[in-house]
Amino acid sequence: MVDVFVGASNAITSLGFSTVRHVEQIKTNQIGISIYPGGNLYPTPVPLSIVDNRKLLDLFQEYLHKTKLDLQLDSFTRSEMLHILSISDVLKSSGIDITDSRTLIILATLKGNMDLIGGNNRLPAIGPDRVYLWKWGEFLGSFFNASNKPLVVSNACISGVLAILIGSRLIKAGRYDHVIAAGGDILTEFAVSGFQSFQSLSPKPCKPFDAARDGLTLGEGCGSIVLSRDHSLCGIPEKIVVAGGACTNDAHHISGPLRTGESFYVAIRRALKEASLDPLDMDYISAHGTGTDYYDETEAKALSWAGLERVPVNSFKGYFGHTLGAAGIIESALAIASIRNNELYRSAGFENPGTSQHIAILTDHAVKEVNHCLKTASGFGGCNAAVVFKKI
Amino acid sequence: MELFITRYMKLQDHRVLLNGIVEYASDVESVDELFRSVYLHYNIDYPKFFKMDNLCKLAFLSAEILLQGTDVLQKYPAEQIGIILENASSSLEYDRKHQESIRNRNQYFPSPSVFVYTIPNIMVAEIAIRHKVKGENAVFISEQFDPELIDHYVSELFRNQRVSCCLSGWIECYGDHYQSFLFIIEQEDKIREFKGLQEYVILNTLNMEKLYKGKPI
Amino acid sequence: MEDLILKLKKEIIEELNVENMTPEEIDSEAPLFGEGLGLDSIDALELVVLLDKNYGIKIQASKEGPKIFRSVKTIAEYILEHQKK
Repeated sequence: MVDVFVGASNAITSLGFSTVRHVEQIKTNQIGISIYPGGNLYPTPVPLSIVDNRKLLDLFQEYLHKTKLDLQLDSFTRSEMLHILSISDVLKSSGIDITDSRTLIILATLKGNMDLIGGNNRLPAIGPDRVYLWKWGEFLGSFFNASNKPLVVSNACISGVLAILIGSRLIKAGRYDHVIAAGGDILTEFAVSGFQSFQSLSPKPCKPFDAARDGLTLGEGCGSIVLSRDHSLCGIPEKIVVAGGACTNDAHHISGPLRTGESFYVAIRRALKEASLDPLDMDYISAHGTGTDYYDETEAKALSWAGLERVPVNSFKGYFGHTLGAAGIIESALAIASIRNNELYRSAGFENPGTSQHIAILTDHAVKEVNHCLKTASGFGGCNAAVVFKKI
Repeated sequence: MELFITRYMKLQDHRVLLNGIVEYASDVESVDELFRSVYLHYNIDYPKFFKMDNLCKLAFLSAEILLQGTDVLQKYPAEQIGIILENASSSLEYDRKHQESIRNRNQYFPSPSVFVYTIPNIMVAEIAIRHKVKGENAVFISEQFDPELIDHYVSELFRNQRVSCCLSGWIECYGDHYQSFLFIIEQEDKIREFKGLQEYVILNTLNMEKLYKGKPI
Repeated sequence: MEDLILKLKKEIIEELNVENMTPEEIDSEAPLFGEGLGLDSIDALELVVLLDKNYGIKIQASKEGPKIFRSVKTIAEYILEHQKK
């Protein structure tokens, strides 16, 4: 039986450009959500979590300079810069050879180069077909001289968790030995206006699971995690494995969740079963928790149904919003940090219980031995995903 | 244990093929008209069809053609049937439609029924909802149909009993260009159990490629 | 009122892609959601856009939607009450 170890990770959001930085910021209760005045992201003010663009450009310029690549900043889109910085960070911290034929990059995203949808006015520096997700993926793969074309997964908000599941399964299948699971989305008016048309954005920073919650907060970001059958290449001393996981579909509605929580529950139950763990074995849950009425309620029902109502749980989205394709990767990276640090972090935005089924939302940071962690996700199109990380 | 493709369909060049045989051909002009004519030809009664974007219409019709007259959905528990699809252009057509709706701040009315179709996995949802399929699902984006990925990934799903049956294939639609190749994958013992021995196509990269290209096995 | 109701029916058929129904076949007082036309949550949000675009009225779908969108007649009544002159 092949063990799939998780290794070095990276997270980029408004809070910073590394997983370590995110943990620091979270521990000091920094919230990376600001009210953006009416402007190019939306006509009227809206809370958003946006990556520090000045810093992004500086870091990327520095990276290009360091790698002595004779390339110009303007040959890269914003999404590509984020992914390159993120992936290069995990490569630096691990022993993975990205050019090896046994290594695969999996990219999770909803919209890739979202800023090219309205037309590409950056020709010839940015080719016209970089709006296509496969081309975006190919570009990133060639940048790293990857042997294999990256696998691109576009499956709504579960994309990040799904990328981890797919990576782990392909390693277990013996097809690859190492996977870099990366995920990201940038924000443009495309996304903000779309979610506004669903009236699903809160006018304030989101409050996952809270009684006063009234919508999600959009964020942008990028994350990467190393997966490998060879622990010695992972870049972290702890042996933490992808112990199990599952993906299901509500088969109910294209945008609203199945409110009984049944399909979400099945994904959670299957993930635990594959990991050979009981609900009582679980130390912590990193929930999807977006701050919307129905999705949070559904998730609470599913967790409770699965017997997990007493397991400490948080959502990270109160710190940096819902980062779409990046969410599953970044939040998994932080869940793994919880395991490594034996720490649990407060669920930002939560004050009063607001779901019909009680779940144990973390209201403070805590010190606790964390060996078994569940990460959940759910998205448009009725999809649900769950993955279990286990320290062995 | 061997996996088999027990049924496959294609919708391209204004023709529907089932297990390699042309079942329906249309000489209408546009893609819109074609999809409507296929819908009518197969006597489908599903008003929500008319709210879908063309990518979802293509996926929906393909699944309908593939599953009509089969007992696959009765044979396997809903949560054991997977949908694993590949596509190239994602939802670009409706992405552009949504983008256009926000171009002018003086005529600013983004539509939720357009925006919901700006991610490719909604085509999986439309199939799932129609046929009550609740198992493993994923959408992969690649420039061309990648049978090797299905070979490895879907086989792994079967190996670990995550699925007992899988609908898989290539669904691509952007503007005038559309193409679908959708098939049912089942395990050897289940085929024997329910149907007795018949000639099915062994699931492997080469066979999928041959079926996709219309070449003899 | 009757003109507005007819106009609304046409708009509903058009904007919500209701197939195989003429305005005459829509009962003005029948429930739009659940039964009747069987509209769903996305349709409700589209009706919000419709009210804004065609009548200049902005509403909150989750809070006010269920009451206003009960039937074509209730929508017409709301419009007549709130439409900007």
